[in-house]
Amino acid sequence: MAERARSVNRVPPPVSPVGGIGAAVAIAALMGLSVLAVIWRAGGVSGLTGADWAALRFTVMQALLSSLLSVALAIPVARALARRRFFGRRALIVLLGAPFILPVIVAILGLLAVFGRNGWLSVGLGVFGLEPIRIYGLHGVVLAHVFFNLPLAVRLLLQGWQDIPAERFRLAAQLGAGPRDMLRLFEWPMLRRVAPGVAAVIFAICLTSFAVALTLGGGPRATTLELAIYQAFRFDFDLGRAAVLAVVQIGLAGAAALLALRLSGQDGFGAGLDRPVHRWDAQGGWLRAQDTAVIAAAALFLCLPLLAVILRGLPGLLDLPDAVWRAALSSVWVAGLSTVLLLILALPMAATLAGGRWLGVEMAGLLGLAASPLALGTGLFILIHPFANPAALALPLTALVNAIMALPFALRSLVPAARDVMQGQGRLALALDLRGWRFLRLVFLPRLRPQIGFAAGLTAALSMGDLGVITLFADPERATLPLQIYRLMGAYRMEAAAGAALLLLVLSLAAFWICDRGGRGHAGA
Amino acid sequence: MKHLVFAAGVLSATAALAADKPELVVYTYDSFVSDWGPGPAVEAAFEEICNCDLKLVGAGDGAALLARIKLEGARSDADVVLGLDTNLTEAAAQTGLFAPHEVSANFAVPSDWVSPLFTPYDWGYFAFVHNADQDVPSNFRDLADSDLKLVIQDPRSSTPGLGLLLWVKAAYGDEAAQIWDGLADNIVTVTKGWSEAYGLFLEGEADMVLSYTTSPAYHLIAEGDDSKAAAPFEEGHYMQIEVAGKLASSDQPELADQFLEFMVSDAFQSIIPTTNWMYPAVIPAGGLPDGFDTLIRPQASLLLPSAKVPAIRDAALAEWLSALGQ
Repeated sequence: MAERARSVNRVPPPVSPVGGIGAAVAIAALMGLSVLAVIWRAGGVSGLTGADWAALRFTVMQALLSSLLSVALAIPVARALARRRFFGRRALIVLLGAPFILPVIVAILGLLAVFGRNGWLSVGLGVFGLEPIRIYGLHGVVLAHVFFNLPLAVRLLLQGWQDIPAERFRLAAQLGAGPRDMLRLFEWPMLRRVAPGVAAVIFAICLTSFAVALTLGGGPRATTLELAIYQAFRFDFDLGRAAVLAVVQIGLAGAAALLALRLSGQDGFGAGLDRPVHRWDAQGGWLRAQDTAVIAAAALFLCLPLLAVILRGLPGLLDLPDAVWRAALSSVWVAGLSTVLLLILALPMAATLAGGRWLGVEMAGLLGLAASPLALGTGLFILIHPFANPAALALPLTALVNAIMALPFALRSLVPAARDVMQGQGRLALALDLRGWRFLRLVFLPRLRPQIGFAAGLTAALSMGDLGVITLFADPERATLPLQIYRLMGAYRMEAAAGAALLLLVLSLAAFWICDRGGRGHAGA
Repeated sequence: MKHLVFAAGVLSATAALAADKPELVVYTYDSFVSDWGPGPAVEAAFEEICNCDLKLVGAGDGAALLARIKLEGARSDADVVLGLDTNLTEAAAQTGLFAPHEVSANFAVPSDWVSPLFTPYDWGYFAFVHNADQDVPSNFRDLADSDLKLVIQDPRSSTPGLGLLLWVKAAYGDEAAQIWDGLADNIVTVTKGWSEAYGLFLEGEADMVLSYTTSPAYHLIAEGDDSKAAAPFEEGHYMQIEVAGKLASSDQPELADQFLEFMVSDAFQSIIPTTNWMYPAVIPAGGLPDGFDTLIRPQASLLLPSAKVPAIRDAALAEWLSALGQ
């Protein structure tokens, strides 16, 4: 692998890859140890049942469909957003990130308020004497996963567009290139570089889907690997089988990562002078209408369920129990810690990946996403229990696991830009003998500021909304907001739960907005 | 990292504080310890009489609780496990981790279920809950023939889901598979847990949801809303009896015994109806709260013998999967 890295690289990187390799090893060790702990406790592994193989097939199929569709739909949306400037564009982009951070059950209820048997769409169809739509089935699973992941794909692809230097578009426009030429010259190569990685990340997320797949899939037809792991743990208490299933899940994500690496090229566009992108080629009335329609359709699809969440939450928001506010404080804590942990892991890994092709580091970056939360949590529990009370560590552990889960998104956003920095400024830095920490501080980090802001914001928001491993370690004093929402629902208090969900939505979006804004500074994008 | 140090500090600080008082650790399900469950009131009432520190620890639901105990084995910190039901007691007994109890009380549980290891603290009947203005069938066959839409929980991940599986099996035995075939087109979807299913029902996604006969009591007593009802079924209703047991490895065996005695006393039992929304195992001196008298009382109580549940449940799950997995 080292030889390969040397041959691909045109200049030796000014930063040593050791930091990133260290972070990758730490993550792999954590995952490996937790799976090994489960196997050790089980006293061995056991074979999979016929039902497990059926779950494997369904899982791969729905994850594949979900990721391909999410990326395919995200391309026109990201392209339209990249070409247009309009009032409220930034707010729309931030808001589009919201589905991704909602607790699963809240998002499901929001989706069903629009697409359900009694939802707005069905009621609307009823006005015209049409049958209500039937959401439950494979199409429902894919719809929900696209709802969750389309915004993410749009954001990552949009970043790809923004990484194309404005000078390229300007020069091409002067030479008379139209939209079709722009596609061939810049956009298609960029997509080839970015899209496979985005698809792999979404595929990995969908691998661990459970509640969404089961609920919208309409029953046991939609049994996923994560549900099989659940069954192995709590119904059969077959830890050996649970561990094998968890390894299969991770293996699938690893395969997706390999495939994505193979499909995506390596080269960036080199550096520009950071001018705002102006698209002379896309001023035609027809293209304008087309982009407007695409943006409106995406906004409607993503914002209607959110509107349902907001409307359901408003009555409960004014009268939230104290315990919800306490939990909100814990969640802010977890989100902050998670963000710090993420940056400690992600920045060295991004620097390493930008300097060369380190397959192991790439793969480690995706592992966290594919690790079954139940298996990982149980493994950690077995590891910690002999030494400490796991409940006392519930919040830091949740923060750590959430950081690892957010890592793939952070890397997808950081690595392409980091590569451009290395290729664009690496030679000059070496000539000036800027190496190591000084290179990072003076060149690398400042140039990655927007991506760092985005990654930090995404992690904070994601960590705020994720139930993570806390359900396994919960004690009365340490609950996060998502856990408290589940507890309210479990105590029949649906209105208060809806209010708490709205609070969570507001907190997550605020965390995202603050970090993203801080990263963007004065940039015209 | 700072937080780890902080957490360790808090841990040792609370340990030091409690050093003069013995600590009783009770593992239970998450909704018991929540601010809206019985936990806070139970903790206050017991600490008044025990001169101890009662520590309630939540762990998912009943099945997750058992898995947790199996994981920890004899090295568990827990002294008492509260929240298993009679479908889990056989598996729990087989771990050999539980010690016999000596609790006796005037139980008001409509069943002859007894166990040397476990003591009941509350119970309820599973039932399909619906809007009171909806006409509903009164048995599974009519339900299967109707156009009514149901939402149920997955028996692999949810305790009520498993309860429904055993309900149909207890009522229909070898014909259970036919019942599930008939119900397949009524079932809108299957959810991971009770909360998801109940939420979907309240959103209007289904006409009926699998819950408890006591669910309408919540809406009536806490919300003043009498629009929800449970459908009485002629076959009888399957019971859920929730129990607690003392761990043999407990370092506070006397305190654990005292807690089990307290559990069947008025102080504990009077907390249960309007926090856990179940029937108390022993009727407290004040009787049941107003509103519980409006609930349906099934003609027959169904309960499979605990010892047979593990074998029956695997066969029943296979029938369920093949009927609904088409």
